[in-house]
Amino acid sequence: MATTTVTTYLCIGCPLGCRLEVEHDGPDIVEVRGFGCKIGKRFAEQEHTAPTRMVTTTVRVKGGVWARLPVKTEEPVPKDKVLELTDLLHTIEVSAPVKMGTVILENALGTGVNVIATRDVEARPA
Amino acid sequence: MTTATMPVLKHEAYDVVIVGGGPAGLAAALGAREGGAERILVVDREPEAGGILWQCIHAGFGLHHFKEELTGPEYATRFLRMVEEAGIEIATNSYVLDIAPDRTVTIMSGEGGLREVPAKAVVLAMGARERTRGAIRTAGTRPAGVFTAGLAQKFTNMLGYLPGKRVVILGSGDIGLIMARRLTLEGAEVLGVFEIMPYANGLNRNIVQCLHDFDIPLHLSTTVAEIHGRERVEAVTVAPVDENLRPILDKGWRIECDTLLLAIGLIPENELSQRLNLRLDPVTGGPVVNSAMETSVDGIFACGNVVHIHDLVDFVTQEALLAGRCAGEFARGQRRPKDNIKLVPGRNVRYTVPHSISSEREHTIYMRVREPMERCVLRLGEVYQKRLRYVVPGEMVTLKVKPEFLENFHGDSLLVEVVERGDA
Amino acid sequence: MYDVTIIGGGIIGTAIARELMRYDVRAVLVEKEVEVGFGTSKSNSGIIHGGHHSEPGTIKAKYEWPGNQMWDRLAAELGFAFKRIGELTLAFSEEEVDKLLAMKEQGEALGVPGLEIWDRDRILREEPNVSPSVVAGLYAPTTGVINPYEACFAFAGNARKNGLELALGRPVSAIERIPGGFLVIAGGEPIPTRFIVNAAGLFADEVARMAGDDTFRITGRKGEEYLLDKRLQGFVQRLLFPLPTPESKGILVIPTYDGTLMVGPTAHATEDKTDVATSWAGSDEVFSFVKRVVPGISERDCIAQFAGVRAVADGNDFIIGPSHVEGLINVAGIQSPGLTAAPAIAVDVVRMLSDLGLELAEKHDFDPTYKAPVRFNMLPREEQRRLVARDPSYGKIVCRCEYVTEGEIRDAIRAGARTLDGIKFRTRAGMGRCQGGFCSWRSMQLLSEELGISMTEVTKKGGNSWLVCEFEEVGS
Ligand SMILES: Cc1cc2nc3c(=O)[nH]c(=O)nc-3n(C[C@H](O)[C@H](O)[C@H](O)COP(=O)(O)OP(=O)(O)OC[C@H]3O[C@@H](n4cnc5c(N)ncnc54)[C@H](O)[C@@H]3O)c2cc1C
Ligand SMILES: Cc1cc2nc3c(=O)[nH]c(=O)nc-3n(C[C@H](O)[C@H](O)[C@H](O)COP(=O)(O)OP(=O)(O)OC[C@H]3O[C@@H](n4cnc5c(N)ncnc54)[C@H](O)[C@@H]3O)c2cc1C
Ligand code: SF4
Repeated sequence: MATTTVTTYLCIGCPLGCRLEVEHDGPDIVEVRGFGCKIGKRFAEQEHTAPTRMVTTTVRVKGGVWARLPVKTEEPVPKDKVLELTDLLHTIEVSAPVKMGTVILENALGTGVNVIATRDVEARPA
Repeated sequence: MTTATMPVLKHEAYDVVIVGGGPAGLAAALGAREGGAERILVVDREPEAGGILWQCIHAGFGLHHFKEELTGPEYATRFLRMVEEAGIEIATNSYVLDIAPDRTVTIMSGEGGLREVPAKAVVLAMGARERTRGAIRTAGTRPAGVFTAGLAQKFTNMLGYLPGKRVVILGSGDIGLIMARRLTLEGAEVLGVFEIMPYANGLNRNIVQCLHDFDIPLHLSTTVAEIHGRERVEAVTVAPVDENLRPILDKGWRIECDTLLLAIGLIPENELSQRLNLRLDPVTGGPVVNSAMETSVDGIFACGNVVHIHDLVDFVTQEALLAGRCAGEFARGQRRPKDNIKLVPGRNVRYTVPHSISSEREHTIYMRVREPMERCVLRLGEVYQKRLRYVVPGEMVTLKVKPEFLENFHGDSLLVEVVERGDA
Repeated sequence: MYDVTIIGGGIIGTAIARELMRYDVRAVLVEKEVEVGFGTSKSNSGIIHGGHHSEPGTIKAKYEWPGNQMWDRLAAELGFAFKRIGELTLAFSEEEVDKLLAMKEQGEALGVPGLEIWDRDRILREEPNVSPSVVAGLYAPTTGVINPYEACFAFAGNARKNGLELALGRPVSAIERIPGGFLVIAGGEPIPTRFIVNAAGLFADEVARMAGDDTFRITGRKGEEYLLDKRLQGFVQRLLFPLPTPESKGILVIPTYDGTLMVGPTAHATEDKTDVATSWAGSDEVFSFVKRVVPGISERDCIAQFAGVRAVADGNDFIIGPSHVEGLINVAGIQSPGLTAAPAIAVDVVRMLSDLGLELAEKHDFDPTYKAPVRFNMLPREEQRRLVARDPSYGKIVCRCEYVTEGEIRDAIRAGARTLDGIKFRTRAGMGRCQGGFCSWRSMQLLSEELGISMTEVTKKGGNSWLVCEFEEVGS
């Protein structure tokens, strides 16, 4: 009999917050337990195999009415890339004016996902 | 897209003046147009309308209203565009100082001076303010470095400064959780989130994605008992609480940090409501409203966080569209039939908004529960009941009431309660 | 060489400075904090005591009643807030009534007019929210309230207008003797002076010792105070006192000048004289006591709390007079009623300086006035309108709880505010319900702009009380 391990996750599907147990043999899922509904089962499988996150942060804007420009990834990116991505974004500086939707970073860290501005920032009147 | 300061107003008088240009104010403006108002003015004290949304740069807005997940600034921008396309006037950098019971609105705007603007109807949409340290009487010194979470959010996301380097967060509502992640992503060390209640107040999604993802501990039934440091925060003492929510000091421990964020809740901004002598609900801290979102003073409507604190902007929008529509109708001289049923909060219901309904229309009732409950029933007197899988204080509960529920009801008040199944 | 160096910019130091500047003297006031009034003088009950509390024969009694009588004129000249709202000392048993009578006699012996014994009915008619278990009360019409920090700012501001030099952020660390006077080392730099007035509050003993006077010790006695929400404005009209104990005047209900109710203070010895922390025990002590006096008050209404430390000298009385060290005058151990007594002490200290040989020629162009800062929220609508038309910066609200405008904040900075607390104490911005939650970023921007410093250099109260840092300073 193969040795399996159990990893637990908190379900984010609803406030019940089921404690999801994923029994797995290395990367292979043997069984998912503890879910109160299908959402939980799917979530556990996704979290276990390929967790992803939307990233929202800010980058510095030069000469804008505000000092920071909020940005987001257009699609979720792999969870283990989040910190690397925010560190990279924090080295970027853009100049005002900036329009909402402008691509700030293309194909971020090779994920194929762009990082875009989530608002307009006008230039500060001189 | 910022709107320029508008010291010069287009008109002498307005059909509807809306105080506050956050999501509530903007939706109310659109609603007022739907309700038939011509001259509509939105007044906001900030350089741009949009309210608190500009600083909420995370995603999680608009799932209900736009069926897509937007960030706060995107949600604000969409609404601002709709309002501008509708040709509605927005006066920014303008502060509403006073509203007279005859609905004359006193607006002050730096270069634009101070002037009185008569309105046929007024919508209050001033949003909320944050609870502060005094409200929880945290003992200790009063150094720099104790911030409300919203102020820290404004510094981080808009002004471009961080509130500190080693941070402790008090309060596990969504704002506290989201700031834990924000500051972590910006390189600060978040040492823990402390929650006085035995359950977390924020969404599980935020607990997972803001705390678990970064190994930030969450301590329940624990509070910040004391603040240390003369000039800048040097440490805090945290301690578990007893059944009266008082810290058990000798079980406390010390955490060296330079910043304490207080995410201990919002309260409706009610300066103007108080000046107007509106009837206030002591539970919500906001005005009592009827099913047209009208306050105790004729022609003064209210919506959004100024009425009760919302966790979802979509509900703010919904409520504000209604308030605006009713204000628009009122300005045209149209009156809806008066409410004939009072709603009374019963078991496990802290409050309801609106506070009354009328039997011939459909209504959405918003309410908050006192404590978490699973497998429960939401009961509207004897006339209707709905099964709920769960309720938690952090999430607003809504109920659609249809006229047919009330066909055979002849009383003048209905008890609203949430009880465990079988308890009914 | 200066004629006089005043060490300590609390109410005592600033009152002396203001009095001294009536004369043609070269004087400097040295203060370790970045603003005046940041010691005990901002953290107290703000009461101008009625004049009847001090035991006859004490030094406190010598200055309390004369001091009390000087505040009307000072407030009028210097434009700070002062109001005689009257005081009731309450008795809750027959034995206590006897003490009230004794107190009334004591006050009358000191010359305090208008003292009256009120019976239960009268008290409950005038103060309907007092507990019905009250038996009688001693009413004193002479008692008033001020905003003590405003008084410090006004004294210092007026003194400066009349030629005083202010050396702020300069702790005195040593005092050397030189021919004809002293060299005061303040913030590392020497100040040569003929006379020293030691008004260093809690540290007056240390300063005296630096000059070679080791005759007294100052210990700390802490008092915690709790401010209540505006909701309770008008709930109590007069100051409510219990009967005093040897340590303190007891826990009071204080309708402050601005209308907010305050309750406190406690009175407990503290080893560490800089310890201004509040405590759970203190909060319990204050609220459990006050609830018995005014049952409608509750801890739920608390919006802010603070503590101040009284400077207690051996013997529990004030120490005021020339030291055995020639040229040094000590004004030490100024615990309560120090605020009340300050103007009378100031006049007497100036006289003492003259006795020591300082020639006092009246300044022909002495200007006794100080312009009260604009308080937008207090003005009638028409005046507000004119003000905004003249200067649009008064048309921009910064603090929405207290309706403080950008113009007022700029005024405060121009009048000497260097910190967020300095703005708060001068304008009330950040003193209301939200305690600066919303407006402090804007006040910080204004400080940064007016003072030409960066946001990261703006502090709450000087020293290491920084508020924000750059992204680059944080993390890896
Ligand atoms: C930190 C945070 C995170 C949140 N996260 C989410 C989320 O993920 N998803 C979600 O759906 N919802 C979220 N919400 C909730 C939602 O955003 C709010 O409930 C909503 O913004 C409230 O809208 P409002 O218009 O009532 O108030 P506000 O947005 O506060 O707007 C009020 C406006 O009125 C102006 N004003 C006030 N007084 C005056 C006056 N006297 N004169 C002129 N103008 C005045 C203010 O300046 C402000 O612009 C979050 C809220 C916060 C605070
Ligand atoms: C809780 C409480 C309630 C009170 N209530 C009242 C009341 O209602 N009515 C009343 O009349 N009195 C009251 N008092 C008393 C009153 O506050 C004091 O008597 C008064 O403030 C003392 O003023 P001061 O100038 O001597 O001291 P401070 O205000 O402490 O001033 C001394 C100054 O000296 C400075 N200093 C110290 N060392 C140095 C140094 N080495 N170099 C340079 N500067 C130095 C300090 O920074 C400080 O600013 C109360 C006191 C407390 C604590
Ligand atoms: S598994 Fe289903 S019931 Fe359980 S928390 Fe997730 S969504 Fe809710």
